[in-house]
Amino acid sequence: MARFELNGRSVEVDVDPATPLLWVIRDELGFKGTKFGCGIGQCGACTVHLRGTATRACVTPVSAVEGAQVLTIEGLGEAGDHPLQAAWIEAQAPQCGYCQSGQIMQAAALLKDRPRPTDADIDEVMNGNLCRCMAYRRIREAIHLAATRMAEGETSDA
Amino acid sequence: MRKFAQFDPSAVASHPPAPAPSGFSRRGFLVGSLGGSLVMAFAAAGCAPKPETGAATRTLEAGSWEPTLYYRIDPDGQITVNVTEAEMGQHVGTALARIVAEELEADWSRVSLHYVDSDPKWGLMVTGGSWSVWQNFDLLSRAGAAGRMALLEAGARMLDVPVASVTARNGRIVAGDRALGYGEIVAAGAVDRVYTAEEMDALPIKPPSARRLIGEPVAALDVPAKSRGTAVYGIDAEIEGMVYGRPLVPPTRLGSTVKSVDDSGAKSVPGYLKTLVLDDPSGTVPGWAVVLADSYHAALAASEKVSVDWEAGETAAVSEEDILARGFALIDAPEGGAMVRDDEGVDAAFGKAARVLEADYTTATALHFQLEPVNALAVQRDGVWEIHTGNQWQSLILPTLATALGVPEETIVLKTYLLGGGFGRRLNGDYTVPAALAAKAHGGPVKLVFTREDDARFDSVRSASAQRVRMALGENGEVLAMEHHAAAGWPTQVMVPAFMPDGVNGEKYDPFSISGADHWYSVGPHRVRALSNDLANRTFRPGWLRYVGPGWTNWALESFIDEAAHATGRDPVAFRLDMLRAEGRNAGEAPNSVGGAARQAEVLRRLAERAGLGETLPADTGIGVATTFGQERGMPTWSACAARVKVDRETGAVKLEKLTLVIDAGTIVDPDGALAQAEGAALWGASLALHEGTRFEQGQVAARNLDRYTPMRMADVPELDIVLVDSDETPVGMGEPATTVVGPAIGNALFAAVGARVRHIPIQPQTVLDALQA
Repeated sequence: MARFELNGRSVEVDVDPATPLLWVIRDELGFKGTKFGCGIGQCGACTVHLRGTATRACVTPVSAVEGAQVLTIEGLGEAGDHPLQAAWIEAQAPQCGYCQSGQIMQAAALLKDRPRPTDADIDEVMNGNLCRCMAYRRIREAIHLAATRMAEGETSDA
Repeated sequence: MRKFAQFDPSAVASHPPAPAPSGFSRRGFLVGSLGGSLVMAFAAAGCAPKPETGAATRTLEAGSWEPTLYYRIDPDGQITVNVTEAEMGQHVGTALARIVAEELEADWSRVSLHYVDSDPKWGLMVTGGSWSVWQNFDLLSRAGAAGRMALLEAGARMLDVPVASVTARNGRIVAGDRALGYGEIVAAGAVDRVYTAEEMDALPIKPPSARRLIGEPVAALDVPAKSRGTAVYGIDAEIEGMVYGRPLVPPTRLGSTVKSVDDSGAKSVPGYLKTLVLDDPSGTVPGWAVVLADSYHAALAASEKVSVDWEAGETAAVSEEDILARGFALIDAPEGGAMVRDDEGVDAAFGKAARVLEADYTTATALHFQLEPVNALAVQRDGVWEIHTGNQWQSLILPTLATALGVPEETIVLKTYLLGGGFGRRLNGDYTVPAALAAKAHGGPVKLVFTREDDARFDSVRSASAQRVRMALGENGEVLAMEHHAAAGWPTQVMVPAFMPDGVNGEKYDPFSISGADHWYSVGPHRVRALSNDLANRTFRPGWLRYVGPGWTNWALESFIDEAAHATGRDPVAFRLDMLRAEGRNAGEAPNSVGGAARQAEVLRRLAERAGLGETLPADTGIGVATTFGQERGMPTWSACAARVKVDRETGAVKLEKLTLVIDAGTIVDPDGALAQAEGAALWGASLALHEGTRFEQGQVAARNLDRYTPMRMADVPELDIVLVDSDETPVGMGEPATTVVGPAIGNALFAAVGARVRHIPIQPQTVLDALQA
């Protein structure tokens, strides 16, 4: 029995401990926003946050998340309104959209570490996330946009 | 193939007919009530009712309609536009609905989309070729205008004023200070209008200056769900009681047979159910087996422990070199192939030429690598086979599925989902067949999901290509004649031969595999010969990959034109401009190619100004140009590109610094969506030129995942400067054109930077080093 916390809720699943977290999230728990792309951790479509760190769910056995906090795109912002998601819409970043949950989760981890990332920071952290439609210019723009909005939000809150 | 008998192959050949109103004017158009809503539909052929009271509604109720393009207005004013095209990142529904809404004078905030499942009533369902807006613009405009006129008439009656005194604006019929919302008019059941063919032709379509939606910025309707993780793709489909399957892909694409299966090792895997050897009457997946389990993880784990002994097909040893060698052998033989052009005087011109230029070009096998691996969920319910999957050409695979399952086509429905990338891969719906066969054999719903490696091995790859281009020059370097020979695997021959037109020598050819070679340059007598690489066709299922042939024909043509310019001491832009003359067959014709070569010259001129050609650049840095007409001569998207690269002479690495593009696609419906398509397409072109490609080894593609197949990543992205020309001409394609022009611009930039000429893509550092030595 695997037990962990998904998007703030405790979950318990009876699966082979070697099952990748990706399939547990998608098929056992029904959170389909996290995607399967390559299965070897190199496209980033399956990116979730594990204990706050961007993690490839396709190569993470569920046994490795015992008791841990896992966050997926569905838990990132209430009603999908995280500043990154708003920026993604404003920049019209997605094309087919299949990689975008992973891109957004990776970007969220980036902004936690570096709230005002440079282009070089974005290159470094986002390079592991393949966008096959090659909407990279807009993904970069959306990250900058979200960073600006989040910084403005903090200023106005203060 | 039955369905294709209904379609005129010329409609998708290299010279598609204009989308003239006559395409539907033989049919009437109905605006009437159905289920309480207002429905707009074309009358079934031959069933157009006489225009009398209630006729439209009665005809609609009787089901005598052909709603290929219908939309609906509900009593609350909500407008639903049915979309038969596949959504795979091009925001196609938004663009198509904007066309309707423009002429309908709809309130855009009340418009939503409905992506329909397959049904014979929709007619041909195919999404590709950058055709969607071009094919539908006139029809959707008229469908919208018919709705507006019907609402105007009904609104005037309800307001008891002459129809001439009311106007339609933003979802309302307005008369002075009074107004009725479209929903109110629908709720009153006041609309019942039949348009004759003549009336449809005569509908008042807005002049471009009166447009309020087309050409204006709009947020694509599919974007929010794709930003929130709530968009539903084929791989997300589930049905109660389904089991998961993983295919066991045989050693050759065709001709393999299963000799024996040993699954004794898999029986210890919890959740393992069984391994099916597929019996496929359609011949789509010969020699396939499928491992079933109660979870995908179990199916994968079990599949590693199932041992299949195959008798491999005859192509088990074929390599990339074999395929290219076969291509050049075909080119070397003067006989054979289809002449797409063969003007009088080609041989005579070469015979008297003062100088002949000749060069061979090659492109490597390329994968689609759409990020969602192909998958399908198949189930039979109430006598109907449901195939849940994302697909680009429902009409093509349905007859094959019918053969595979041994049921009438009418009892199969393709349930529509978003596509996690298409790029032409899902024009070939072959991946639905093993899912359907497995479900049939299993006796219950099966969700078949390909691993990335399975997907790569089963891909309808872009064929490797071999090409030879020749030019005859006179004493003073003037161009006397040209020849272009191109050999590759032909997707259309393999998949839908009825779509192949005749060459001028009577031989059939795949227009998608030679388009681009039939260029708009005036070069004197011109010969274009298309050759089907039979070894390629036997080794794999050649695929339509984003822009298909123009991806290789323009690599050869535009590299060669650059070489010819340098060989004759001409400036590459001036050399091209001299040949881009709107005369003879290059004059262009209404409505699709108005202006002809003059428009291609114009985008090149604008590009030259914009890209800083002639400016001093740092060492080992160069700018190269190329120009194309997109995918097809019949619907040219005039494109020009300048690439700036920096070359590392030590390593041979090519750094793409900037791409500048000028594109004239006629009227642009959704400017930001069009720009997004151009951005993605341009980077695709760059990726195929510099980053991605594979090779056949032992009858299979060698690169099957991202460890060896390496599309462009964020850090590789150059600066992008893309201009869409402001135009009121017929809208043409945006999905692919930019892809056709970037590769040769990069190759030409490499030459401009360091004098190294590379004639193969993808460009490898070693090739650059070799070329520097040459």
